[in-house]
Amino acid sequence: MKSPIRLLAAGLAVTALAACGSTGTQATTSPTPTETDTLTVVTHDSFVLPQELLDQFAEETGYTVTYVAPGDAGTLVNQLILTKDSPLGDVVFGIDNAMASRASREGVLADYTSAAAAGIDAQLAADQLTPVDYGDVCINADSAWFDKHDLEVPATLDDLARPEYKDLLVVSSPATSSPGLSFLLATVGAKGDGWLDYWQSLKDNGLKVVAGWTDAYYTDFSGADGKGDRPLVLSYSTSPAFTLDGDTSTTEALLDTCFRQVEYAGVIAGAQNPVGAGKFIDFLLSDEVQSVIPENMYMYPAVTDTELPADWQKFAPLAETPIEVAPADIDANREAWISQWSEAIG
Amino acid sequence: MTRLAWRAAWVAAAAIPAAFLAVFFAWPAGALILRGFHDGDAWTLAGFEAVFSSARTWRALGFTLASATATTLLCLVLGLPGAHALYRCSFPGRGFLRAAVAVPFVLPTVAVGVAFGALLRPDGLLGFLGLDGSAVSIVAAMVFFNYSVVVRTVGTMWARLDPRLAQAGTTLGAAPLRVFATVTLPALAPAVLSAASLVFLFSSSSYGIVMVLGQTRFHTIETEIWYLTTALLDLRGAAALSVTQLVIVAAALWLSGRAQSSLTRALRLQPDVASSRPLRWRRDGAALVTTLAVAVLLLGLPLIGLAWRSLHRDGVLTLANYTGLASSELPGISVLDALGTSLTTALAATAIAVPLGVLVALVASRRPRVRSGRRALAVLEGAYLLPLGVSAVTVGFGYLITLNRPPLDLRSSLVLIPIAQAVVALPLVVRSLLPTLRAIDPRQLEAAAVLGSTPFDVLRRVELPHLARGLGLAVGFAFATSLGEFGATSFLARPDRPTLPVLVFRLFGRPGAESYGQALAASVMLAGLAGITMALAERLRPREVATW
Repeated sequence: MKSPIRLLAAGLAVTALAACGSTGTQATTSPTPTETDTLTVVTHDSFVLPQELLDQFAEETGYTVTYVAPGDAGTLVNQLILTKDSPLGDVVFGIDNAMASRASREGVLADYTSAAAAGIDAQLAADQLTPVDYGDVCINADSAWFDKHDLEVPATLDDLARPEYKDLLVVSSPATSSPGLSFLLATVGAKGDGWLDYWQSLKDNGLKVVAGWTDAYYTDFSGADGKGDRPLVLSYSTSPAFTLDGDTSTTEALLDTCFRQVEYAGVIAGAQNPVGAGKFIDFLLSDEVQSVIPENMYMYPAVTDTELPADWQKFAPLAETPIEVAPADIDANREAWISQWSEAIG
Repeated sequence: MTRLAWRAAWVAAAAIPAAFLAVFFAWPAGALILRGFHDGDAWTLAGFEAVFSSARTWRALGFTLASATATTLLCLVLGLPGAHALYRCSFPGRGFLRAAVAVPFVLPTVAVGVAFGALLRPDGLLGFLGLDGSAVSIVAAMVFFNYSVVVRTVGTMWARLDPRLAQAGTTLGAAPLRVFATVTLPALAPAVLSAASLVFLFSSSSYGIVMVLGQTRFHTIETEIWYLTTALLDLRGAAALSVTQLVIVAAALWLSGRAQSSLTRALRLQPDVASSRPLRWRRDGAALVTTLAVAVLLLGLPLIGLAWRSLHRDGVLTLANYTGLASSELPGISVLDALGTSLTTALAATAIAVPLGVLVALVASRRPRVRSGRRALAVLEGAYLLPLGVSAVTVGFGYLITLNRPPLDLRSSLVLIPIAQAVVALPLVVRSLLPTLRAIDPRQLEAAAVLGSTPFDVLRRVELPHLARGLGLAVGFAFATSLGEFGATSFLARPDRPTLPVLVFRLFGRPGAESYGQALAASVMLAGLAGITMALAERLRPREVATW
């Protein structure tokens, strides 16, 4: 059944290739063990690094490198699971701690320990994966708005449900956005079994839920570029570093509402070029890459002694004690929590 | 050419597009749906039970049908006067208006969300209407997107109707409205139905608009499929819903096909657009006013709002967002490169979709004498429209699990993007060509045959010239669809080579005034490109029928 279709398809692909002219592509080579001259990097759709660095990596290793981003961070592991019998690529970057244990349990990863991983805080470690960067997802406040309305900026999750903050908060949905899921995990970590009741109290207090971070931050939030009417928004602890007005920031992050997101890289099980995959992970931990992660991906570099941008030290501090949920718990309950949330709130 | 060879040629003409769709649409989507019916050990229908026992599913189903129906009706009510004003009357600025109404069609939903959101928010220009996050805002945005489909599909047909038919009616004393209802509308029926079924399919399978403007309060079958697939990896539930979606689409296509075949009549089409007349207030005023109102209020306001915001940074009126586009002030983001990628991809997608669409249209417009032959053609035509009604996430995930082994490991290949876009554009191409071909007066074909022309001569001298006149629209639609396509592209995107809509999406997802401003500016640029594309497509007519 498949072979005639395959043949036909091959013919069509050739035709399509001919039709495409200048958008020529790399055909993948047949598998040989350990190292090939091509490397396919699978990332999520927010992956950005300066082109010079990527070119430099390709030049130093001699690989033809292809980057693919078949979706957002939330679907990355699902896509790896779906394609287990025919891997999407050699190395993956962008698996976060909400999905890390799922990835290793499903067997989509191969072991790899980078020599550069010694410089990484042990707290970030995960099975089979190498931490590359991390950041905090927190509620942000439009400081100027609170000044103008002579209202105290809220500090804790409980504050957000208080009547004086009615109709002020907008968050993105855990079902459709990665920060939304982080905030759901923060409420689970802080409230335990009462997390859904807490959401109910937020809803009763006029919570607005939108589809994605962009809608929340740019449409409904009153700070930053949004001209919205809600001064509290779900964003990142680093966001205030991007809303500077002279030497102060017009927004601030509520550091008691944060959930820590860690982004990992790993070698994909069944990779055609595992050697190259390892080299790419070492490259991500190199000082050149680590030092540009803040302005490219808005996260903190995982290697501890990397220099941070000056603004960050002042305006984008990390939470002292981010709210935590055990990875095994997340793995076991993630879908159930999202479903329960969707039924009750979304 | 012998009769047998002629037959064989037609079979080949049908087989090429069929093979293309089989490999790049049916196989991936089918493979993913089949996974949903298999739990590793045995076949199961558990997905259906689980999904249809949930009230959420029924609500989604209801909202899908209600919003798509409302959108279709509104588009027809507003689009018919638009088609009349823009294709039957000539007035200064008509060309500009024609191109302008097509712009929304290719805007990335994320930009539309920002534009509409800014208008409808409590403190926005239209905030007093209280439509923020309402079903009305979703339908309004769907009409915003699809209005031009009706205007163009119906308008190009209307422009070529023989005006003497209507004139005869008027001479015999019928009132203008009666002439319209008894002469013009029946003649236009196939194009109207064709446009209506397209709008219904587009709006029933739209994801971004419902997500962004519905603020997670409203769900459609499409958003449920995305939710089950991407958030929960519940392939069983998603498969059950995909099958449901297919059933709805097939039913809609069957209904419109039935209606079309009973209403289609041969028309004496003008060889070229000769029937535009200078505007006469008494006759055309209402249509023109309606069109201008739609253009300004529904299409203009969000677009102008978007453009206005793109000219600001940090609350100051400035061109910084546009100069920033050119100078790549953001690391790792080059809008000019993305523009190049988008144009190349769109050219490739058009080069694939238009020839295939021509083949499909030619095959589907045959007039077999046997009833079974006619049935087969109707089924064939419907099959080519299915991609419009199948969720992008189903096809996208399907690509990941099917086109994954040599010689067809295309998952990381740039070739797959124009192919996927061509799959999406093909139905539009077919729908913009078919009504013209079907409307050829059979006597013209018979006369040619009687005079000794071979079928091939008839094809070359009668049918292809007719077809060529619809080609501009087809090319325009294909190119514009590809420019704005985001759903399928996002699953195949190459982070180092993003298309413009993918880049806009990414820019909107980053903090900072520069990113936000450039996302707005890039959206405006995309809107401009769409307008230019459509304006050029208007002029794409074969030389022998040029009217200037």
